[in-house]
Amino acid sequence: MRFAISLFSLLAIASVIGTVLKQNQPYADYVIKFGQYWFTAFKWLGLFDVYHTWWFVTILAFLVISTSTCIYRNLPAMLRDMRNFREQATEQSLRHFHHQAEFSTQGNPLPLLKEYLAHQGFQYRERIQGDSVLLAGKKGSFNRLGYMFTHGAIVMICLGGLIDGNLPLQFEQAFGLKHIETRDIPVSQVPAISRLSVNNLSFRGNVTLPEGSSADVVFLNVGDGYLVQELPFRVGLKKFHIEHYSTGQPKAFASEIQVFDKGSDQPVMTRTITVNHPLIYKGIAIYQSSFGDGGTHFKLKAWDLSKNQATWLPFAGSVHDQSPLDVDGQHLSVEFGDFHPFNIQDAGMSTPSKTSFGGNAVADHKNLRNEGPSFEYKLRTPDGQAREYSNFMLPILIDGRWFMVSGMRTMPNQPYHYLRMPLDPQFTLDGFMRLRAAMLTPSLYPEIAKRFAQSVLPHDINAQQQLIRSTVKELTLFSKDGYSGLSDFIEHNIPANQRDQAAQAYLKILELSAWQAYLITQTQAGQILPKMDDATGWFLRDSLNAINDSLYYGAPVYLQLSSFDQVQSSGLQLTRSPGKNIVFFGSFLLVLGVFTMFFVQERRLWLLLKPGHLLFAMSANRVTLDFETEFTQRCEHLADLIKES
Amino acid sequence: MSSVHTLPRPNFLVSLSIIDWLYTALLWSGALYAFNQYGQYMDSYEKSFLFGFAAIFSVMGWLWKPLRILIVTTVVTSLLAILDYHSDLGRAQHAFFLKYLFASQSAIMWMSTLFVLATLTYWLALVTRSKFAGVVASGLTWSAVAMGIIGLLVRWYESYLISPDVGHIPISNLYEVFVLFSIITALLYLYYEARYANRTLGAFVLPVITAAVGFLLWYAFDRHAQNIQPLVPALQSYWMKLHVPANFIGYGSFSLAAMVAVAWLLASRGILASRLPSLDVLDDLMYKSISVGFGFFTIATILGALWAAEAWGGYWSWDPKETWALIVWLNYAAWLHIRLVKGLRGAFLAWWAVIGLFVTVFAFLGVNMFLSGLHSYGTL
Repeated sequence: MRFAISLFSLLAIASVIGTVLKQNQPYADYVIKFGQYWFTAFKWLGLFDVYHTWWFVTILAFLVISTSTCIYRNLPAMLRDMRNFREQATEQSLRHFHHQAEFSTQGNPLPLLKEYLAHQGFQYRERIQGDSVLLAGKKGSFNRLGYMFTHGAIVMICLGGLIDGNLPLQFEQAFGLKHIETRDIPVSQVPAISRLSVNNLSFRGNVTLPEGSSADVVFLNVGDGYLVQELPFRVGLKKFHIEHYSTGQPKAFASEIQVFDKGSDQPVMTRTITVNHPLIYKGIAIYQSSFGDGGTHFKLKAWDLSKNQATWLPFAGSVHDQSPLDVDGQHLSVEFGDFHPFNIQDAGMSTPSKTSFGGNAVADHKNLRNEGPSFEYKLRTPDGQAREYSNFMLPILIDGRWFMVSGMRTMPNQPYHYLRMPLDPQFTLDGFMRLRAAMLTPSLYPEIAKRFAQSVLPHDINAQQQLIRSTVKELTLFSKDGYSGLSDFIEHNIPANQRDQAAQAYLKILELSAWQAYLITQTQAGQILPKMDDATGWFLRDSLNAINDSLYYGAPVYLQLSSFDQVQSSGLQLTRSPGKNIVFFGSFLLVLGVFTMFFVQERRLWLLLKPGHLLFAMSANRVTLDFETEFTQRCEHLADLIKES
Repeated sequence: MSSVHTLPRPNFLVSLSIIDWLYTALLWSGALYAFNQYGQYMDSYEKSFLFGFAAIFSVMGWLWKPLRILIVTTVVTSLLAILDYHSDLGRAQHAFFLKYLFASQSAIMWMSTLFVLATLTYWLALVTRSKFAGVVASGLTWSAVAMGIIGLLVRWYESYLISPDVGHIPISNLYEVFVLFSIITALLYLYYEARYANRTLGAFVLPVITAAVGFLLWYAFDRHAQNIQPLVPALQSYWMKLHVPANFIGYGSFSLAAMVAVAWLLASRGILASRLPSLDVLDDLMYKSISVGFGFFTIATILGALWAAEAWGGYWSWDPKETWALIVWLNYAAWLHIRLVKGLRGAFLAWWAVIGLFVTVFAFLGVNMFLSGLHSYGTL
């Protein structure tokens, strides 16, 4: 008994370890977290997979043995006891009962007493000895079954779990019959020693299938590597769908899968599996477990930001793939990351719920907006340095104006800094790109400056010359360091009290020069000349901001997504667990047992009737408060019955 | 005819009154009406749950009469509230009865207020030994329970008004289950209060509910957790309708037991001893509560395993939530063994029941806060 409770405590404490320490993570993570010394120690103790270590299984084994012994020892006696009415009880033994009462009787209350027992649901035996009659009654004896059910259930559940555990595999590993594969190699090259046969009793493995592909193996993650589990069939993914709620949260993950028998290319069945709705084929359950991108193809425009021309090259790539890109004599590598087919954003502050009392259960989703697809990539230079980019495919409306948006960061986990490039009236980037090129072409500055000077000072030639010189200088400063180039210049050359004014003037010059540059580039491109209105004003200011930001963009190229061909992948989990039904049956027994034990009250009572005298005794396997109350009640009942007879 | 036949029969079906049968008829006609109207949208599990719960609530009403009134009142009130919506969610903000009483959020706020008032009144009754205050406290608790149930039922309807695909039973996140926890714990307490004809323990049990209410309010006002969220795919299962309530009967019972244990520990030191029930009664109540909790917690954990076998690819994954459920189970299994097999009573078991509450709270909340895993549906 004490042993059982010790086992419970030990099991509980051991279990805690596995919840505090995240289990089955890549070994590298543990080394980083604990250092090499503790990593080795923990690994030796099996703390990275506590529930499958020999010592944990040993505790469970002891629990099974201890429980089985308990059943073996108590069962025969209990079964005997259940059937026994104990009608051999003597008067003397009954008088020793804690719960007993005596009554004086007149007449013959025996028929009434029998009637009473039957009415109250007691089974009874009658034993006549001389002038005394003993009625020995019992009910709720199957309370004892509760004991058997619960204890048997624990044994069943543990054994079922053992069948589904990986004990045989651990033995094979320990004796060198199986070897964990740690290399990242194609499945076909994984040697036989790292493969598990189709007949493996139980397993739980994963496989990721891009749309249109299939597999006849799954991978079991073990320690720092994996094992390949052969399947008795081939499973293919036709299509993966995600459905969404209007708020953008996922509503359903569904894989349309096909199952083929080995050596056949005709599917045996085509089914859609979703979370909570697995498919079971040949005793193997196929679950929807995760999803990802299976290599979406991109067609892109690579805008060359290194040259002072507005040009782009066609470019292409796929998710989780690399493409080389040569820009400005640099050999860059584009490593494509995730693709997001849409981005739901909460645009602006949602107004607080207006209900006055305790808030509203219904959230306000009026401000949700889908910003369209986006994709991520790393741009790696030959020296190994990389920056991360996240670009939106579609223009985004910000403050009533449309922009192409590209995020950049130098470190993962940092927030992105966004480059916002304004769209021209034709809703393209060309206008901005041409203007940008012009603003960064020093040979154009004299012409821009001249046109600007003439437009503001049409009559004063001397002043014009002066303005042209300073404008060229300002454009040069801006092209090198953007706004900060200008502010540095002002700080170094203008007295403090005039700086604000100067800054205003410089900004005005910059904007008006940009206007001239815009006119020049539009003319050169054969576009309709823009009108100087509010929209154009904003376009120029946004362009200048974007040019300024582009100086810090850190890449000689901006990748604009023109089209994509989405390929998704689905992560399937395949399991074979023959112990499942044993565990479930054990669980059923456990519930039955627990409720029988707690809610069926066993009662025994004895009525020893002698002429003029009744001895009443009562017992239960568990004396509770209810029992005391019942005893008192039964005494009253009996007193009444005796009076009646 | 002898007096034997006037004794209460163990077979209680015979002892049912006409009101019992009326209640049952009402319950079943409601279920049949729902089946007629909406049966086409239910799968076979949901159909069996509908009639299963009609049966369960019938029997529960027979066994504990006040439940009949509670069920009929809350269902009728919720139906009236639902009718008052006229299928327009916006009415929660201007229709008088919805805005101030029966819109889910208003009802839950009323529940919270009433629970706090009930707690105070129970203490008043305990300190002043006032019978009247005790009756008022019980009344407040019953009203709080009613408001909580109405709140959840109306919330259930509101979720469908947002959009039919969003609609789901409101036991899907931490906010909703805290309401459920408060209701179930209070009902368990009220049952024992009637059974033992003693109102003094409310002063001990209601503070746990008040703590839950405090969390609920913080969660709503600080985190806006009261907003109805659509179900993530993993939760879209009929199992949720069984697994969650069974779990909370367990949690509620364990909390109740722990608070009774606190009362026992105080009374055993002579504190409030003259006001509280005898130590034997407290001990008995503690045992009953833990055994009920243990039974339902066992069911809940098994239901969880059945669900996991459908959703997570295996009936047991040693996920932190599963593991902590096992720890809670082992804890109370050990408690029951010591009490039943060794026959131990007294301070040791009382302390253990109190510590058990901390283990339970960690399994319920701590796992969500500190450990990550598959069962991360209610993060803070």
